[in-house]
Amino acid sequence: MAFEEQIDVTSQLHDVRTSAIKNFENKGFPTKKEEAWKYTSLNAILKNDFTVFPKHENAIEFAEVKKYFLHEIDTYKVIFVDGKFSSFLSSTTHDGLDVCLMSSALTKPKYKMVIDEYFNKIASKDETLTTLNTAFANEGAYINIPKSKVVEKPIEIIYFSTGVENALMVQPRNLVIVGENAHVQIIERHQSLNENPVLTNAVTEIFAQKRAIVDYYKIQNDLLTANLIDNTYISQKQESRVSVHTFSFGGNITRNNLNFYHFGERIDSTLKGITIIGDKQHVDHYTLVNHATPNCESHQNYKTILADSSTGVFNGKIYVEKEAQKTDAFQQNNNILIGDKATINAKPQLEIFADDVKCSHGCTIGQLDESAMFYMQSRGIPKKEAKALLMYAFSNSVIESIKIPELKQRITKIIANKLGVNLGFDL
Amino acid sequence: MLSIKNLHASVEDKEILKGINLEIKAGEVHAIMGPNGAGKSTLSSIIAGNENYEVSEGEILLEGEDISELAPEERAHKGVFLSFQYPVEIPGVSVTNFIKTAINEKRKANGQEEMPANEMLKLIREKSELLEMDRKFLSRSLNEGFSGGEKKRNEIFQMAMLEPKIAILDETDSGLDIDALRIVANGVNKLKNENNAVLVITHYQRLLDYIIPDFVHVLMDGKIVKSGGKELAYELEEKGYDWIKSELN
Repeated sequence: MAFEEQIDVTSQLHDVRTSAIKNFENKGFPTKKEEAWKYTSLNAILKNDFTVFPKHENAIEFAEVKKYFLHEIDTYKVIFVDGKFSSFLSSTTHDGLDVCLMSSALTKPKYKMVIDEYFNKIASKDETLTTLNTAFANEGAYINIPKSKVVEKPIEIIYFSTGVENALMVQPRNLVIVGENAHVQIIERHQSLNENPVLTNAVTEIFAQKRAIVDYYKIQNDLLTANLIDNTYISQKQESRVSVHTFSFGGNITRNNLNFYHFGERIDSTLKGITIIGDKQHVDHYTLVNHATPNCESHQNYKTILADSSTGVFNGKIYVEKEAQKTDAFQQNNNILIGDKATINAKPQLEIFADDVKCSHGCTIGQLDESAMFYMQSRGIPKKEAKALLMYAFSNSVIESIKIPELKQRITKIIANKLGVNLGFDL
Repeated sequence: MLSIKNLHASVEDKEILKGINLEIKAGEVHAIMGPNGAGKSTLSSIIAGNENYEVSEGEILLEGEDISELAPEERAHKGVFLSFQYPVEIPGVSVTNFIKTAINEKRKANGQEEMPANEMLKLIREKSELLEMDRKFLSRSLNEGFSGGEKKRNEIFQMAMLEPKIAILDETDSGLDIDALRIVANGVNKLKNENNAVLVITHYQRLLDYIIPDFVHVLMDGKIVKSGGKELAYELEEKGYDWIKSELN
């Protein structure tokens, strides 16, 4: 197979990669026949003739892309252009923490022990798109926060695609290790700069050690020609707190596979998302929280607003193992359809094998509240603005929990833009 | 000010208003009383432009102009205000931001510039004091977690800010304790002048001890069956709505 020749055979990861390839070759891309992909088809995307290994290094000016950064505050930056690291746009560090490149972590001897211990240890060995990434990914962000380090500024990971290639497939691979009592905030974004099709198949592994705190934000506001498959795997040890917020506003097809695994007691996991899409956009949230240990909590809250002919999927699985007594697992999924042809497929899945647990889920599908519309209109607020205020109010419980004020402001601005209103104040 | 002529309205083919006639002049306070299900809230909703009801006949004139085809926000811009029986919660939008938006939309519609920020602040301070509202209250999300009394006070605060020509108070007394009732009524009385008018919709006479009506109308089964002065409210309180029914038969 030609794929194999392109692997870096000298790498210590050779075995990991070859078994990943085998897995992918056996299974191929997922199809709608598989339960997990019942509502999301990749067929149309895969018709593109994607360049997998871009030859050029494409430079972009900071001014061109400034708006995609959280430029109001100082941040660490790990930036990629067409899959290649851009040292010019980045701001990495080895000073008291590692915020750098996966490629160097994978090849330099001093990282070998860490890579051996963590790389591909929590990511799935049989989920096909994850194994495809494992086989070929050689670039991404490598973040290692030592014990008790509170990282004072957020880390931004941004993948730009320039569109120099007619159709580009990129497979970023991020590894995030957060030591005992350490605390970090990370923002991840994928952004294409012109309308040539892009397919991103990203894998992120996050390891939160004892009492670590990780706040991870995913901004998905890409062009309508961009497709994203995000596979995120999180391993949590005792008393760690990890939250992932996913803001899905853009893109053609977006699939978020978000998986939490517990290894210790009194762990807290938070999964939240706001999806506001229209046109023929498609966003699929596929979440798993695996409660394997006693006394842990998980909180899920996903809000979706679908306009035009857009489609949304929410498949949220909570798995409570026999040992996981006193689990407190909560899942909330609210959907509003404002387009006549919009569709939502919502499927909460609770599999509980312990007998002393508190698990609940609520799922609603509805339209905008007419009495609330009338209330605002009767105060002189026109229909369009009233609608926007209501949608904002609907998403508010998720926006409220963003811990970086500048990011909160940015997200509300994107939402206001998306809703096409200027209310004279920052939402 | 407001003139309603032979108003018929229905929802889902069920006729609720069966020919209402009402003439409210500037400077007047009118009260509409009636038993549950008489059509009181429907009437107030329809005046404010709720599109869930179909007006099949009749007209609603505001200062001589037929507003019955206008959208709710257009009616608001022309000076109609409805204080809701159940105000809606809007998480994430503060009382201040909401009222700013409402005022500036009204000004925009009337060809005026946005209200300067300092003027807005001054107005907000003045009107919130009138309603004895705590400053902290203004930065809270609109109606979210408000008590019944706070919601109603906030309604009258918005009314004070918007300075409508005709204010309709729909069951504003429901859910209010006596102190809140006094504050709300006091607010309404202070806003009342010879250029505007108030229509109070209520089941009980209680609120009318504080906001004293010039005219009282009894609405039953979609029609105004009796009109009189403020003493009619006391008579109703004493004898109940059955008394009117028997008088009609």
